[in-house]
Parts: sequence; C-alpha cells; structure tokens
Amino acid sequence: MESLHSQLGGLQYDDAPESAAIAKIKNEYGLFINGKFTDAKEHKSFLTINPATEETLSQVAQADSKDVDAAVQAAKRAYDKVWSKTTGPERAKYLFRIARLIQERSREFAVTETLDNGKPIRETRDIDVPLAAAHFFYYAGWADKLSYAGYGPDPQPLGVAGQIIPWNFPLLMAAWKLAPALAAGNTCVLKPAETTPLTALLLAEILQQAELPDGVVNIITGDGSTGAALVEHPDVNKIAFTGSTGVGRMIQQRIAGSGKHLTLELGGKGANIVFEDAPIDEVVEGIIDGIFFNQGHVCCAGSRLLVQESVADDVLRRLIRRVEQLRVGNPLDKNTDVGAINSAEQLARIAELTSTGEDEGATRHTSTCVLPQKGFWFPPTVFTNVSQSHRIAREEIFGPVLSMLTFRTPEEAVQKANNTNYGLACGVWSEKGSRTLWVAERLRAGVIWANTYNKFDPTSPFGGVRESGFGREGGRQGLEAYLNV
Amino acid sequence: MSENRLEVRKTYKLLINGAFPRSESGRTYEVLDAEGKFLANVAQASRKDFREAVVAARAAQAKWWSQSAYNRGQVIYRLAEMAESRHGELAEVVEACEGVKAKEARKSVSRGIDRMVWYAGWTDKISQIFGGANPVAGPYFNFSVPVPSGVVAAIAHPANSFEGLIDVTFGAIAAGNSVVVLASGDRPIPAVLLGEMSAVSDFPGGVLNILTGNAAELAPVMAAHEDVDGFDIGNIEANARVELITSAAGSIKRVFESEGFDEANAVRRMRTFIETSTVWHTKGQ
Repeated sequence: MESLHSQLGGLQYDDAPESAAIAKIKNEYGLFINGKFTDAKEHKSFLTINPATEETLSQVAQADSKDVDAAVQAAKRAYDKVWSKTTGPERAKYLFRIARLIQERSREFAVTETLDNGKPIRETRDIDVPLAAAHFFYYAGWADKLSYAGYGPDPQPLGVAGQIIPWNFPLLMAAWKLAPALAAGNTCVLKPAETTPLTALLLAEILQQAELPDGVVNIITGDGSTGAALVEHPDVNKIAFTGSTGVGRMIQQRIAGSGKHLTLELGGKGANIVFEDAPIDEVVEGIIDGIFFNQGHVCCAGSRLLVQESVADDVLRRLIRRVEQLRVGNPLDKNTDVGAINSAEQLARIAELTSTGEDEGATRHTSTCVLPQKGFWFPPTVFTNVSQSHRIAREEIFGPVLSMLTFRTPEEAVQKANNTNYGLACGVWSEKGSRTLWVAERLRAGVIWANTYNKFDPTSPFGGVRESGFGREGGRQGLEAYLNV
Repeated sequence: MSENRLEVRKTYKLLINGAFPRSESGRTYEVLDAEGKFLANVAQASRKDFREAVVAARAAQAKWWSQSAYNRGQVIYRLAEMAESRHGELAEVVEACEGVKAKEARKSVSRGIDRMVWYAGWTDKISQIFGGANPVAGPYFNFSVPVPSGVVAAIAHPANSFEGLIDVTFGAIAAGNSVVVLASGDRPIPAVLLGEMSAVSDFPGGVLNILTGNAAELAPVMAAHEDVDGFDIGNIEANARVELITSAAGSIKRVFESEGFDEANAVRRMRTFIETSTVWHTKGQ
C-alpha cells in the first residue's frame, strides 16, 4: 500500500500548454469609434501586459474626453439615424450573428483573454467565452419580443448607454453589457478595463464582420479618467457600471440630478454556508470553486466560509489537503487551476489585506505551491480563527483568500451571512431542501447557490442588494436596465 | 356642530412602531387651513424620531415579509375598509387643509381609497409578475423571486394631502417593505388620520410609520441614514434632489425620483423597491 501511495504521489502532470500563437494580437490598437479603428486625438497610449510573464502584449490608445465625445456623438447619431429605426427582428439577427462569430473564433478569444488577464485557459475556454456567446444568443431572441417582457406593450430604449466594465471577466462583462442594451434598441459606448482591453477590441473586429451599423457600438480604451468622462458626458442617457462599491458610489453621486439612468454591479463578500448533513467531498469542491475560481477575482466569490461546528474540523482538514493539490502557474496550461493575479496593484492589495489577517490574530494556511519567478502570483490561502470584525471577514479581498468561520444553528448562520453591507451572492450546502429554502429566503443576497457555487447563465438574473448595487444582468429582468420603463 | 357644545379637539401625534408619541424633541408647529385659520398643533418630528422609526421599521419589515402575501393583501384591504367607513371625516380634513370644494375633497378621498384597494391586490401578484423560473443550461432548478429592499423612507406630496400619500406609502408596503413617510408639511392632518386608522388594521407595529414635520429638515437625515434601503423623493423639487441623492449614494440607496400618480409610475416605484433574488438548486437523484 505504502509503496503504491508513494508511486502515485510521485506522479506529475506533463505540461499541456495551449498555443499562444492563435491569439494573433496586434502590436497596437486604436479606439473603435463609428465602426472604425481610429487613433486617439492626442495620440496617447498605454501598454497592456501579460500578468503571468510581465511581457508586453500590445500598445493601446488612451481615450481622453475629446475621444469620449467623438464616441458618444457616433453612438447618438447611430441611435437617431439607424438603430432606433432598425426593427426588432433585424436587431435580433445582428445579435445572432455576433453570437455565432464569437463561437467561430472562440479559441482565439480564449487564448487572448488568458494572455491579457492571467486566468487559466480552462476557464476562458469552458466558461468566459461560451457564456459570452450564449449571452448574445439569448438576448438576440428578446429583440423582437420586448412587448412580452412584462414592461408594457411597447417599451422604448433609453438612447446612448455608457458601459464601464472590470478586468476580471473582460469579454463576458462586455457581452453582459452589450447584448441586452442592443436587444432593447440602445446604442453603446463601452469602456473596457485598463489592464484587459484586448478581447473587447477583438470583439470590435467581430462587430465589423457582423456588419453591425457604424456607431451602434463604440469601444474606447483608457484609464479611470476615460470612464469619468463617459459618466459625465451630457448625451449619455444610461450608465451601467460593474466594479468596486467605492467607484459605484462616486458614479451615483456624479450623475445625481442628471436624469441619467443607472445600474450598478458592485463588490461582495459572499458567505458559503455548509451544514453538517452536506456531502463533504462535494462541499470541498464547492468551496474551492467558490473562492479560487478566477483567482478569487470574482465579485460574488464565496470568500467567507461558514461551517457548522460539528463538521468544521473535518471540512478544514479536507479543504487544506485540496488547496495543496491546486495547480498554480502558467495560465495557458490546460491543467492549471489557479492563474496569475491580474496586476501588480491588485497583488499589493491582496498582500496588504492578507497581512492584516495575521496581524489581527487569524491563523493562516497557505499552499506550499511553487510560484513562477516572473509575473504576479499569490498562493491559495485559507484563514481560520477568524472573527466577524476582522478586516479579512469584512472587506472584499478580490483574491484567492478564504476566511473560515463557524456556526451552530441555522439562525446563527443567517445572522453571520447577513452581517455585511454587501449582498451579492451566497452559497448553501445541505441535503435538506426545506432547510436550504428556509435559509435562502432569509439571506440578503441577489444570487443564492444551493449545493453549487459560481454558476452563471444568460437566462438567470445576476446582481446585488444593499451595497452590492442595483439592477440585474441576465434574464428577462436584465432588459429593464435598458428600457425606459 | 349646531349643538351648543364645546367640541373636543384632538392632539395630532406621530406614528412610530404602532404607537402615537409626541416628538421626543417636544416641538410642535401650527397647521393652518387653506384660509389661514388655526387647525391644530402638530408634532414636529426630529432627527431622533426618524432614527427611532427606522429601528422600528427594520424590525417590523422581517415580520411583515414573513406573513403570507395573501395576508399582507388583507391587511392593506382592511385599512381601505377603515378609511371607507371614515370617508366623510377624511374628506372634511382634506377640504379644510387643501381648500378645495367638498365634492372635490370627497372625490380625492375616494380615489385614494380605491388606490389602496389596488395595492391590496398587488401583494400576491408581484412574485409571479416580476419573478419566475429560468431555463438555465445545466442540472439546476433556477428561480427568481422578487424580495423587498427593506426599509423605505418617503416624502409625501406637499399639496395633495391624502391621495398624494397613498402611492409613496403603499407602493413600498405592498412590495413587502416597511416605510417611514413624512406627511405633507402644511397639510399633514389627513396623513395623521390615516395613521390612526392603520392602528386598527392589523399592521404589525413599525411597518407603517408616519412623521409630521419639515421636509427641508428631515430629508437630508433620511438620505444619510445608513440603515435605509430605499428613498422616495419624487415629491421633492428637482433642484433639491442633487444633494439628497449624493448623500443617499453613501450607502447605495435605491432612489425613486419620478413624479406623478399615474399607474405606470406606481408600478415603477414598486419595481424600484424590490430586488430580484435568484436561487440555483441542484437537481439529482
């Protein structure tokens, strides 16, 4: 037995890298305005790098307020002259085309995303890209059925939508924003995150191939100042933002009294609640998916683990063993579980918050995995002896760091889960359906996963309550964000 | 009153947590009728009264939401019954406060009561109309349920003393929220009367809290309160809204700022103060 174990223990995975060549990344990209790639007016640009290697991938235009104005004017013209006169069935066919084109070039998208973001190819290939295509396919079908959506017999679009998206799911967030907006009849100005602009620019090429009319979608790259100019532009009728609660709050304040419509998808500190009757092996996989999926760069991450006291020791022992088995490293390797942290800045924030965990007296368990020499990396980490007042139990870390707490009764689990200003997502693990529903009813969260975690689907509304924001993306409810109802 | 008798006047108080306290500040202000004649001294609610109302509203909201939708509808309907039986009294105070003709006042009260009945019928429709099952690609049963935002602070219409109170109050309540509403500053008496009726309508104490006082003083307090989830400022002048929304953004409040009493606006308000909660449950043997 022992020799068999040592033999198995000695087995290693061979490298199984996906080829980076399929990405075909250009040396530089302009802004996508009115259907064409154009230089920024001031010819400013910035570099986007591969966070796994720190190598430069491309040089991307930095849009300033004049460029933002050009993009908004293009969107306004396209709305007035073209898109508002395009019938629902025609809009639907454009969106179906886009969905198909994404599917056709899915491997190219997946590799580009992995290079620019640092997330494992397994995730971009199996989750980000297929879901992005599915999102366009789903909302395509709504474009000519809006009168059945429950918002009155003839719901109207809002006009020009300004959409600002984060770096954690770059292509998927672009799809979540663009698909419902276009289906509802709006035109768009999309601002991708500074560190992950490439798949949005690749999507711009898809829009050209789809022959989407010029100006219906404009994509402007840049930093926070670009986003601020978009938020403040007087001809923008709607702002949709996904990102931190701090920035969301600022946006709500900046547009106060302007009449602009607003939806916000902000931060979270999701509780993953494990009851003693839950199947422990499945639970451990669920905890892993909940916090280490996408390096924990997930607003709905299950970053607070709440385990019933009677099984806490067992869960922790198995969890720590599983964390040790996670393969951290080259995101292009098909066997990689945890990829690179997206930026040096984010890595510094994770490191800072994690160190407060130890300072405040929590016990740290960190994977002993070997990290690559170059790039931005953080080993999967679990904290125990965490109290509810610790910063690691209250603040969004947005990294592969889990805080474990315990509870005795369902009431206590609910109370602890709701003890946060956030309210995005929670998990509940139990074989007892009636208890799961009892708990789900009392959790203040927009999404509740029962015996699973981090699942997404275009038909399923996603979004938060309380300081996790308002408005929904996905489903019939996702149309409301882009209709004047 | 043709009877040769001195009438017994009423003291008009706040409604907080199902009780009728004076303002903790001891303040009152004079309410005049449309011709400038003294009507009553009314409690002038303070910042602290508002905070106490929010504490009551938070506790009551959980109770209110745990009752069945059918039951919540019956409670709102019960209040409509109470209001109907005191229709004449309501019309009299509306007439006095607003200075409209008696016939107009009666019509306004009728419309307000009818709107309450309309809301009573909403409580058990909201889930089916705004929620539903979602056909996700995978072995999950996925359903979306509309749930209340929580505690809503609202400012009633300044001129339309009864009818203008109904939407801001019962839109949020029908959706399962609890409400702290500030009555019209100059014309608060119909609101106080409705509050008294609510005490015999089976509302759990704290679901409906009615304050009288000064909107300019209390609206900023409502905007800044961190345990308020929704804020209805459709009845606040546009130029006063920027500051309030800026403050309300501190805790990412849901802010409702549409004016008007039409049905579309009423539904929009309900949607503003509900959240979609989506549950994924695994399917398997």
